[in-house]
Amino acid sequence: MSGPAENGSDLFVAELLRGSLDHCVKCTICETACPVSNVTPLFPGPKYAGPQSERYRIADEPSVDASVDYCSGCGICSMVCPQGVKIAEINAQARNKLKRQKGFPLRDRIITRPTWLGRAGTPTAPIANFTLRFKPFRILGEKVLGVHRDAPAPKFAGRRFSRWFRKHAAEQGANGGAVAAGPAKARKIVYFHGCGTEYYEPWEGQKVVEILEHNGFEVVVPKQDCCGLPLQSSGLFDQGRKVVLRLAHALREHVTDDDTIIVGNATSCTLMLKREAREILSLEDDPDLKFVSERTYDICELLLELHDRGELKTDFSPINERVAYHAPCQQQGHWVGKPALELLALVPGLEVREMNSRCCGIAGTYGLKVEKYDISMSVGRDLFDQVAASGAPQVACDSETCRWQISHGTKLPSVHPIDYLHRAYGLSRNGSS
Amino acid sequence: MRSSELHFDAVVIGTGVAGLVAATRLAQSGARVAVVAKGVGSTHLAPATIDVLGYAPDRVDAPGPALEQLIAARPDHPYALIGADIVADALSWFAELVPSGPLPGYVYGGSLDHNQLLPTALGALRPSALVPETMANGEASGLKRVCIVGTPALRDFHPALCAANLSRAGIDARSVSLELKLERADMNTLGIARRFDDEKWRRQFCAELSMKLRADEAVGLPAMLGLLDPHEVLADVEHRLGRRVFEIPTLPPSVPGIRLYEILRSALRAAGGRLVIGAEVVSSTREGERVASVATRAAGRDLAYVAPWYVLASGGFASGGIELDSHWATHDRALGLPLRGLPADGEERFVATYLDEQPMARVGVAVDAELRAEGAENVLVAGAALPGAVPWREGSGEGIALASGYRAAQVAAGQLSPTAAIA
Repeated sequence: MSGPAENGSDLFVAELLRGSLDHCVKCTICETACPVSNVTPLFPGPKYAGPQSERYRIADEPSVDASVDYCSGCGICSMVCPQGVKIAEINAQARNKLKRQKGFPLRDRIITRPTWLGRAGTPTAPIANFTLRFKPFRILGEKVLGVHRDAPAPKFAGRRFSRWFRKHAAEQGANGGAVAAGPAKARKIVYFHGCGTEYYEPWEGQKVVEILEHNGFEVVVPKQDCCGLPLQSSGLFDQGRKVVLRLAHALREHVTDDDTIIVGNATSCTLMLKREAREILSLEDDPDLKFVSERTYDICELLLELHDRGELKTDFSPINERVAYHAPCQQQGHWVGKPALELLALVPGLEVREMNSRCCGIAGTYGLKVEKYDISMSVGRDLFDQVAASGAPQVACDSETCRWQISHGTKLPSVHPIDYLHRAYGLSRNGSS
Repeated sequence: MRSSELHFDAVVIGTGVAGLVAATRLAQSGARVAVVAKGVGSTHLAPATIDVLGYAPDRVDAPGPALEQLIAARPDHPYALIGADIVADALSWFAELVPSGPLPGYVYGGSLDHNQLLPTALGALRPSALVPETMANGEASGLKRVCIVGTPALRDFHPALCAANLSRAGIDARSVSLELKLERADMNTLGIARRFDDEKWRRQFCAELSMKLRADEAVGLPAMLGLLDPHEVLADVEHRLGRRVFEIPTLPPSVPGIRLYEILRSALRAAGGRLVIGAEVVSSTREGERVASVATRAAGRDLAYVAPWYVLASGGFASGGIELDSHWATHDRALGLPLRGLPADGEERFVATYLDEQPMARVGVAVDAELRAEGAENVLVAGAALPGAVPWREGSGEGIALASGYRAAQVAAGQLSPTAAIA
C-alpha cells in the first residue's frame, strides 16, 4: 500500500504513473532508444530503473535508487514505448525521492535558476562572460560547486530581449500598429520567450516576433520568468511548482479571448508548460496551468500548422546552403513529429540533412555537472560525428542548451531553425542579428 | 486558431512494417502522408527476415506454390485478399528499396521459389523467403561444420544450446563462449552491435575469436554485426576470420530489426512523409460510413488528423492494437471497428496447449476483398490487424505485413489519383 504523499493530487498522479507499469511487457524498445544507458554502465537503462525497480519503491521506505540520478530525463523512453508506460515520469518521481533523501547540492540550487543567473550576468556581461570562460575560475567552480570545467557555458548578451521588445512595440505603436500586409485584423498571440532568449540570445526572440508579425500576428510579451524545468529535472519539485505556476498565471492573464494562443521558441520550456509540469510535478488539476498548457505551441509546430492550412506566407528567397538539423529529445516529446524539418524544406535551395542520432547529451543542466559531463559528451558523440559527416557549415536545433552543447561538441555554429525562415523572408536586414 | 486540425491525403496508424510500407508507398505516389503511432513498432522485436509462408501446416520448401494452394483453400486468409501477384510485387519492391537506404551495400536476398532455413537462437531451423545478407550464410543446406559463438554478457543467448539443437538437425555444430571486455556484466545485442561498428574493437574481437576456431567451420554469431554499416562489418569479420560468418536472430532488442526500421523510416522521410511517434490515437469521428478524423495524444492537447483515407496498421493482440479486456470484450483500440474471427458465445476461447492454434488467434478487423474495413469505407487494414491468419504458426507475419501494406497503399493511391496510380 502507498503511504501518505505530499498532497492528495500527488498521490493520485503518482498512482496514475505507477498504474502504467502493468502495461510493460519487457520488450526493451525503451532500452534501444535510451541515450544514456547506451554509453555508460552507471545508468542501467529505462526498463531496469523504471518498470523493474518500481516494485522496490515503497512510500516511507528509504529510496532504493542511486543510479536513477544518472537518468538525464530526456523522455525518449516514454515516447517510444508502444505500450504507453510512463517510464521517464516514473523515474523522475524516483529521482525526486532520492534527492529529497540525500539533500540537494548547492550547485543544483544555483544552476537551476536561470532567471537569477541572467539577472546577475546581464549588467555585468563582459566580466561575467570572461569569468565563465576563464579556466582558473572554471577549475575553481568545478572543485567548489561541481560544475564541469569544460561544460558549455552560455554567453550573456548584455541586453535583454524584453527591453528590445518594449522599444519595438512603442515604434510599432507610433507607426499606427502597422502589421505588414496581414489579414485585415491582426490576430493576437502571446509570446513566451523564456530565459535563454531573455538573457543569452535576445536576437532569437526578435526573429520570432518579426516572423509572427510578417505573418499578420500582433505579438504580446508578458512579463515572465523561468518555467521551472531546470528545477524539475534536478529533482527540486517544490521549487519547480512555484516557478511554473507563477509563469502560468502571468501568461494566462494575457490570453483574453478563446482564439488567442501562446507560442514559445524554447522547445523544452514549451514542453514543460504543455505536459511535463502537469505530469511530473503532479499539477494536473491546476486551472491556470491546464488553461495555458492547452494553448501553448512550439514556434515550429505553430508555423507548420499555419502552413498546413495555407496560412503561412511563403515569400521565401533561396538560401543555397546545407544545414544539419537535430530534433532535441524534448521537441520530440511534444508528440507532433519534427515540424522544423518540413519548415526548413520550404526554403528554396536549402539542403536539409536530418541528423538521426539520439541526443546531444546536455539534457538541460545534466551535462554541466562534473560527474555527468563525460557521459553527456559520450551521448553526443554520435550526433557530433553525424554533423561532421554531413558537411553542413551550421546546425539547426530547437533548444538553446542543445545548441550550446552541439557547438561545444562540433565547433560549428548552431541556430534555431527559425533563423533560416527569418533570412528567407528577408527580415534579417532589420538588424536583429 | 485553437482547435488543431491537420489535413493529409492519408493517415497511417502504426509504425511497424505494414504501416511504414503503406505510408512510404503512398508518399512515393505523391500523397501527403502522416504516420501516427503510440510508440515504436514491432520491427525492434522481430528477426527482420521476411517470412512469407513457412508452414502450411508442414514445413514449406517453396513458398510461391504453397501460397497459391493456401489462397485456394482459405479465401478468408489475408493472402487470399491480397493475391499472390501482389505478394510477389511487394517483395520485389522491398528488395529494391533496401540497397537505396541508409545502410551502404546492405541487401536482402531470396525469393518465393524457395525458403531459406536459418538457425534460430535455440538452434531450430526457421523458413524465410527473404533474409538480410548478414544471415544468408546460415542457410542450413550450405552449413556443414559450424561454431556458434556467444558471450556471457549476452544472458539470453546460449551458444551450447543452439549448437546442440543444430547437431540434432544433422549439422556438425559446436559452441564457444568468448569473454568480451565490456564495461558491464551484461549487455544486450544492441550494445555489442555498437562496438562492432568500431573497426578497432572488431579487430580485437576477431583476434581473440580466431584462436578458438577450427579449420573449415563457419561462425554463427548472435545478430549484432553493427548498426551503421553491417555490409562492411560482415565482410571485415569474414575476412579477418577467413571463413563464412552469419548472424542468428536473438531475443529483443533485434539489431537487424532496428536496421529494418531505419531503412523503412528513411524511405518514408525521403518520400516526404511525416512520422509522429508518441501520438496514440485516442478518439475518432465519423461521417456515416466514413471516418472523418482521428485525434492523437500530443503534449498539452489532442491533435486531429483529417484525411480522405486512413490505413489501420496498429497490429493485433501482441502490440495492443486489438485488446481483450477484463470483461471478455474484444476491441480494435484505435478506431473501434467491427472484428471478425471471434469465437461464438459459449465456444472455447483458449486451448490448454499454448503453442497450438488458439481460437482467438484469427481475430482481426473485418475487411472486404480490398482490405477496406467493414463499416468504414475509407479505412484500409494492413498487417497483424487483419483477420484470418495465425502468423506465428504459419511463419507469415512479415509477408502479410509487407504485402498488405503495399496493397493498402495501392488501393488508396488509386482512389486519390487514378492517373498517378502506383505501378
